[in-house]
Amino acid sequence: MELVTPEIGLVFWTTVSFLVLFFLLAKFAWKPIMGAIDDRERFIEDSLRKAEAAKDEMARLTNENEVLLKQARVERDLILHEAKKVKDQIIGDAKEAAHTEGARMIELARVEINNQKAIAMADVKNQVASLSLEIAEKVLKQQFADQAKQDELVSQLLKEVKL
Amino acid sequence: MKSKIFTLLQIFCVFLVLTAFSAPVFSQEKTSESVENAVEKKFEPSEVILEHIADSHSFHILGNTSVPLPVILYTDKGFEVFSAARFEHGKADYVGKYYTYRLINDKVNIVGANNTLLASATILKLNSSLIDFSITRNVISMWMSILFLVIIFIAVSSAYKKRQGQAPKGLQSFMEPIILFVRDDIARPNIGYKYRRFMPLLLTVFFFIWINNLIGLVPFFPGGSNLTGNIAVTFVLALITLILVNLNGNKHYWKHIFVPADVPVWIWPLWWVIELVGIISRPFALMIRLFANITAGHIIVLSLISLIFVFKSLYIAPVSVAFVVFMDVLELLVAALQAFIFTLLTALFIGTAIEEAHH
Repeated sequence: MELVTPEIGLVFWTTVSFLVLFFLLAKFAWKPIMGAIDDRERFIEDSLRKAEAAKDEMARLTNENEVLLKQARVERDLILHEAKKVKDQIIGDAKEAAHTEGARMIELARVEINNQKAIAMADVKNQVASLSLEIAEKVLKQQFADQAKQDELVSQLLKEVKL
Repeated sequence: MKSKIFTLLQIFCVFLVLTAFSAPVFSQEKTSESVENAVEKKFEPSEVILEHIADSHSFHILGNTSVPLPVILYTDKGFEVFSAARFEHGKADYVGKYYTYRLINDKVNIVGANNTLLASATILKLNSSLIDFSITRNVISMWMSILFLVIIFIAVSSAYKKRQGQAPKGLQSFMEPIILFVRDDIARPNIGYKYRRFMPLLLTVFFFIWINNLIGLVPFFPGGSNLTGNIAVTFVLALITLILVNLNGNKHYWKHIFVPADVPVWIWPLWWVIELVGIISRPFALMIRLFANITAGHIIVLSLISLIFVFKSLYIAPVSVAFVVFMDVLELLVAALQAFIFTLLTALFIGTAIEEAHH
């Protein structure tokens, strides 16, 4: 029976001591400890949320980059293609121009040559005429030195003429 | 699992065999040394065990050394303060200012000087009005545990301040999971979102009971007391729970007790009685549970040790020790378990008292 009868003395000391312990720990231990744990939990939660947000942002940026890269690549291809076209055109144009120019020059040359040839031929003709005239003069001069011959020719010519 | 049971069976068999053999040895010794035994005081295990689990006016340190503790008495004439050394381990009476005191079964009693001056009825009356406020072994033990707790948790709390924003380390990292356990597995599920207000008390109760259970398991100086196995201590703890629960009871809680819905008015007086019993019996169960569990553990351990002296045989010692080790390991579990249960039930009672009406 003595074992299960609370002694007033010990009840008193336990009450006093426990209350002192409670207030000491509540003020100097539990408040800062729980506060620190709460703070840290909030911090971890925040950090996790931020990390998640950063991951999303990163994914978004990567996506954007990829799109940009793709666009850039398409654009580059387009530019290269255009450049090639332009080049081909320029070369083609140049070739054509050269061709026309050449043809034109050849034509000019031919005309010039023909002109020159015509001029040269005319010259030669004149020379030949004057030479023939001179020769003919000289020949005639010789042949018709004697009167008899002149008469003979005239008679011959007259013979030939048929009325 | 099987091998464990087998080992236990083996130990038990050895124990039985040794018991069977040591009994005749003991009787033989008794006959041969009958002269000595007649002079020697007979060993009474129950007496020794009760002495060990009860409170004391001296703190046993080692061997025959024990520290006498201050005795503070409140008599009908006033306070008396003196050292328990004056009793010379119960062999001498102490003549104080007002009365003569004698230690009987480690309890201070008023006696008549030379046993003749006062009538026994008067002594009985005086004894019943005598209140013993002595700083006993349990009080010293409790103060040591309080000092210990304050040192530990102020160190832990300063670690939180010093290592702000860092991971816990050392003692702090040992205590934090326990604190979080009390918060997340005891307070939060039972009290609900208002748990924050009750955390200091729940933590204090949990660690106070746990550390004192553990100190009680240590058989020598800093331990050796049986604080949480003392009904006065568990009474105070349960009383705090009782007061806390009813101070925090909300409208819904009191309405349920005094104006129960769906109950005919003529039953109400009976209902009040039943509810009152309920209010008292829940903390009462807390008080008895802690007291009985811890005291029972101590009694078992002491009984096993007493076997050696009962049989007066050294052969029984290994068996006793094996069983005591087993019990101590079990008690380690019980120490934490009882602290957990006490705190859990306190949280549960608070939870029912502050629960919002849900119908």
